[in-house]
Amino acid sequence: MSWQWIVPLMSIAYLGLLFAVAYHADRQAARGRSLVNNPTIYTLSIAVYCTSWTYYGSVGRAAETGIGFLPIFLGPTIMAALWWQLLTKIIAISKANHITSIADFIASRFGKSPVLGGMVTLFVVIGVLPYIALQLKAVAVSLDVLVHHLDDFLDMRGSSNPWGDTALYVAMILALFSILFGTRHLDASERHEGMVTAIAFESIVKLGAFLFVGLFVTFGLFDGFGDLFGKAMADPALQRLMTFEAMPGGFAAWFSMTLIAMLAVMFLPRQFQVLVVENVNPVHIRQASWLFPLYLLAFNLFVLPIALAGRLLFSGGGMDPDTFVLILPIQGNQVWLALFVYLGGLSAATSMVIVEVIAMSTMVSNDLVLPLLLRFRAAFREDLSGIILTIRRGIIIALMLLGYLYFRLIGESHTLVSIGIISFAAVAQFAPAILIGIYWQGVSRRAAMGGLMAGFIVWSHTLLFASFAKSGWIAGSFLTHGPWGIAWLKPQALFGLSLFDPLTHSVFWSLLANIGTLVLISLFDRQTAVEQIQALNFVNVFEKGARGGNEYLWSGFVSVSELKKLLSRFVGPAQAELDFANYMQHRLLNLEEHAQAPAHLVAFAEKRLTGAIGSASARVMVSSVVTGEELDLHGVMRILDETSQVIEYSQRLELKSRQLEAATCKLQEVNERLQELDRLKDEFISTVSHELRTPLTSIRAFSEILRDNEEMDLGDRRRFTEIIIKEAERLTRLVNQILDLAKIESGKMEWHLERVDLVEIARDAIDATHQLFENKSVRLSFHAPSYPVMLRADRDKIIQVVINLLSNAVKFCEASIGAVEVHLRQVPEGVGIEVVDNGPGIPKDDLEKVFEKFHQVDQARDETMDVPLGTGLGLTICQRIIERHRGRIWVESALGQGATFKFLMPLDPGE
Amino acid sequence: MAIEILIVDDAPNIVLSLEFLMKKEGFSVRSVGDGDSALLAVEEKRPDLVLLDVMIPKKNGYEVCEALRADPRCQGVKIIMLTAKGREVEQEKGLALGADDYVTKPFATRELVLKVRAMLGLAND
Repeated sequence: MSWQWIVPLMSIAYLGLLFAVAYHADRQAARGRSLVNNPTIYTLSIAVYCTSWTYYGSVGRAAETGIGFLPIFLGPTIMAALWWQLLTKIIAISKANHITSIADFIASRFGKSPVLGGMVTLFVVIGVLPYIALQLKAVAVSLDVLVHHLDDFLDMRGSSNPWGDTALYVAMILALFSILFGTRHLDASERHEGMVTAIAFESIVKLGAFLFVGLFVTFGLFDGFGDLFGKAMADPALQRLMTFEAMPGGFAAWFSMTLIAMLAVMFLPRQFQVLVVENVNPVHIRQASWLFPLYLLAFNLFVLPIALAGRLLFSGGGMDPDTFVLILPIQGNQVWLALFVYLGGLSAATSMVIVEVIAMSTMVSNDLVLPLLLRFRAAFREDLSGIILTIRRGIIIALMLLGYLYFRLIGESHTLVSIGIISFAAVAQFAPAILIGIYWQGVSRRAAMGGLMAGFIVWSHTLLFASFAKSGWIAGSFLTHGPWGIAWLKPQALFGLSLFDPLTHSVFWSLLANIGTLVLISLFDRQTAVEQIQALNFVNVFEKGARGGNEYLWSGFVSVSELKKLLSRFVGPAQAELDFANYMQHRLLNLEEHAQAPAHLVAFAEKRLTGAIGSASARVMVSSVVTGEELDLHGVMRILDETSQVIEYSQRLELKSRQLEAATCKLQEVNERLQELDRLKDEFISTVSHELRTPLTSIRAFSEILRDNEEMDLGDRRRFTEIIIKEAERLTRLVNQILDLAKIESGKMEWHLERVDLVEIARDAIDATHQLFENKSVRLSFHAPSYPVMLRADRDKIIQVVINLLSNAVKFCEASIGAVEVHLRQVPEGVGIEVVDNGPGIPKDDLEKVFEKFHQVDQARDETMDVPLGTGLGLTICQRIIERHRGRIWVESALGQGATFKFLMPLDPGE
Repeated sequence: MAIEILIVDDAPNIVLSLEFLMKKEGFSVRSVGDGDSALLAVEEKRPDLVLLDVMIPKKNGYEVCEALRADPRCQGVKIIMLTAKGREVEQEKGLALGADDYVTKPFATRELVLKVRAMLGLAND
C-alpha cells in the first residue's frame, strides 16, 4: 500500500481521536465534571499560539536568519509577565459583559457600536484569512512532502495523487470538526469544553513530536549539541546565523517582531478565544503566566539545532528549510518518527484552524451577518435560535473555503513566515483601542474607529498590497515606484522612510497612525451616554458599583412578555422561559406577563442576548422593542461622568443636602424676620391706635366737660376749648404723618427730585416757623454762604425736615433765654444743615431712640407752651426723607448742654 | 374724711380732664405721670381709688397694679385701669392682675364718674 493511502488515513484516524477527546470532554462537562477547569489545560490551550508556522516555519526562519526566529517567542514571554494585570482585567470585563469575541469586546467598549463591531470583524477576516490559508498550505505541503519523500525513500512511488487537492479535503474536515465542537451551543459566551480539551491534547502532541525530532537530530544524526554546533561553527555562513547580523533589519526588526508577537498572543482571534472567552477561572492565569513561557522555551530548544542540522546535511540547497523538521527523520531512516512529526504538524495546524474559525464565525455571525439580517427583521419574526446556529455553521464552511481560495491564489508564492507576519501586524491594530480603551475612559467610539481605520489603511498599503505586488497580483511598480508613481507613497518607504525593514516600517507607520488618530480624536470628541457608561464599565471593572451602569441604559417601556418573546426568538422559547424564571426567582420578583419590565430586567435580557448575538446586535434588538425615551442622556451623563461615579454622586448628594440645609436656614431666617415684621406691624397698629386715642380722649373728655358744666368760669372754658383745638390739630397731624410714613415705607411716596438751593430751602423753613420763635422769644440765627448751594433733592420734603427740626428746637428751648442757630455746612461728601439749640439736651441713652416711631421725650411741658403738640413721628419721617436722599441724620447732645441735630446729603442722590 | 383719688397718667391733658371730673365730685385728687411716682404716692397716703393708665413711663400700669395688690396694706384700694389700647387681651390682663375694672380711652365722662362712684359705694343720683 502506498503512503499516499497510509498518511491520509492516518490523518483521518488522528482527527477521529481528536473527535473522541472532544466528545469525551463535552460529555464530562455535561455531567458537571469539567476537564478544562484546570490551569494546565488552560495553559496548553493557550499554546494554540504555536501553529504549523511555528512548527515548520520557525525552523525555516532559523535556517535563514539564525536567531531571528526568537522574537516570535520572546514577545509572548514578555506579555505573559503582564497577564496577571492585563489579562485579569480583560477577562473580568468580558465575563461581566458577556463578551464573545474580540470584535464584541471592542464594539461593547465603545458604546456597543454595531459599526465598530462590523469593522473589527471585517479587518479580522481580511487580516487572519491568510493565516488560515497558511495552515492549510502547511498541512497540504507536509502531506505531499511526506508522501513524496517516503515513496521516494522506500522506492514505492505510486501513480498519480489519487486525492487530488489535499488542502480542500483538509479544509472540509476541519470545517466539520469546528461545526461539531464549536457550534453546539447558541450562547457563544459559553465555553466550548470539548474543543478546548482537544486543543490542549494537540498541544501535547505537537510539542512531543517536536522534542522527539529535536532529540533525534541532535543525538541521532549528531553527537549532541557540542558536535552539532561545533560543525556549524566551522561553516562561516552558518556562524553568521548566530549573530544579530543575520536578521534583516537588525535590532529594529527584532523590536518590531517582538512587539507584534506580544500583541498577537493576546489579540489574535483564537488567542482571545482561549485566553478570555474559554477561561474558566481567572486564577488559572497565575499558572499560565509561567507555564506558557516554559512551553514556548521547550518548543524553541531544538529550533536552532534542527535548522543547523538541515543546513549542514542539505548544504547543496534546493531543500525548503520549512520542511527540515519532516525530512530530517526520513533522512535518518526513521519512518515512524517522520509520521509522528507529521501528526505534530497536523496538530499545530488543525488546532489553530479550528479555534480561529470558531472565533471568527462567532464574530462574523454576530457582528456582520446578524446586524444585516436584523435590518430585515420583519421577515424573521419567528424563532431565530436555529437559524443563528445554521448561520454560524455556514460561516465556518465559508471561512474555510475562503482560506482555501486564498491559499490557492496567493499562498503558493510565499513562505510560511511572511504570511504569518502579515496577520500578526493586522491584529496588532486592535491593541491600541483595547489597551488604551480599558485604562483611559476618554477613548471615544469615533476615536477607536478612526484609529482602527488609519492603522488598517496603512497596514493594507504597506504589507498586504505589498505582498500582492510580490506575488504578482498587482504590478511590481507598486512596490518600486509607489502607487500611481507617487514616490512618497511607496509601500515600503512611506514618506521616504527607508530606514527599516518592511515589517518594522509597516508596524511603525500603522501603529503611529492608529494611536495618533485614536488619541487625537479622543481629545476633541464628545462621548454619548452609552459610550460613557461602557467606558466606565470597562475601565472601572473592578470597582464596586461600576457594573450597575447597564441598568441606567434603559428607561423606556416594554412589557415582560414582549421582552421574553424577543429573547425566545434568539435562544428558543424554553430557554427564555427558564432564564426569566431563574432571574425573577433570584431577584425575588413576581411580575405579571403584561407588567412593565423594570430597567434591570431589560438589562438582563440584553446581557442574555449579548451572549447569543453579541453586544451591538443585542442592543439594537432590545431597543427595537423598548419604546419611549431610550435614556435620559443628560441625567445619566452627569451622574456617570467621572471615574468615581459613586463618590461623585454621594458628593453631589452631600452638596445638595448642604444646600438644602442652607436654604432651610435662610428660610428660617426669613421666616423669623417675617414674624418679627408681623409683630412690629401688630405693635405699630397697636401703638398707632394708642397714639390716636390719646388726643381723642382729651377732646372727648373736655367736650363733655364743657357740655356738662355750663356754669364753668370763662377762663377754664377758654383753656379747655384751647386744649380741644390743639388736640384736634395734633390728631390731624398725626393722621397725616402716619399716612406719610406708611407711604414712604411702602415705597409709594412720590419724590420730585430737582435742582434746588439749600440756602433758599433753609430760609423758607425759617420763615415758616419764625412765629413759633417770636411767640416764645427764642432767638434764631442763620449762618449760610451768600451764594446758592445747589443739590438735587425733593424741595418740599427737605423744607419739611428743616421745619421739623426747627419746631423741635424751639419746643425744647426755654422761653426768653432760648437760642437756636442754623448752620449750612458744605463738606466733601455733600451738604447739610445743623440746628443747634440750648435746651435741656437729650440723655445719652435716648440719642438713638429719638428717631424711633412714637418716641417722645418728656412732653409734660407741652401744654404750657405755645408750640404744636408732638406726635412722636416727626423725626422718624425726617430720617426717612434724608435716607431717601442717600444722606444721614443724627443728633449730638448731652444732658444740660443743648442738642444739635444734623443732616448731610450727597449733591445728587442718583435715582 | 374726703375720698382720696390717685390719677396716674402721662398725658397732661387727660390728667387735667380727670382732675376736673374727680374734683367736681368732691374727691381729694392727686395726680402723677409715671409708675414709680404712683407707688410713692400710694406709700405716702393710701388712696381709696386709683385711676391707672397702662402706658406710663418707668413702671407700666400692670406692674403698678401688681405691686399694689401684693401689698397687704393696700387691700381695700380700688383700681380702675385706663387703656388706650382697645384690645381685649390687654383688658383681661388688667383684670387678671387684680384691677377692679377697666375703661377704654376715649371714655364717656359721665360713665366714668358713675363707675367710680359705684365702686366707692356711693349712691348715684
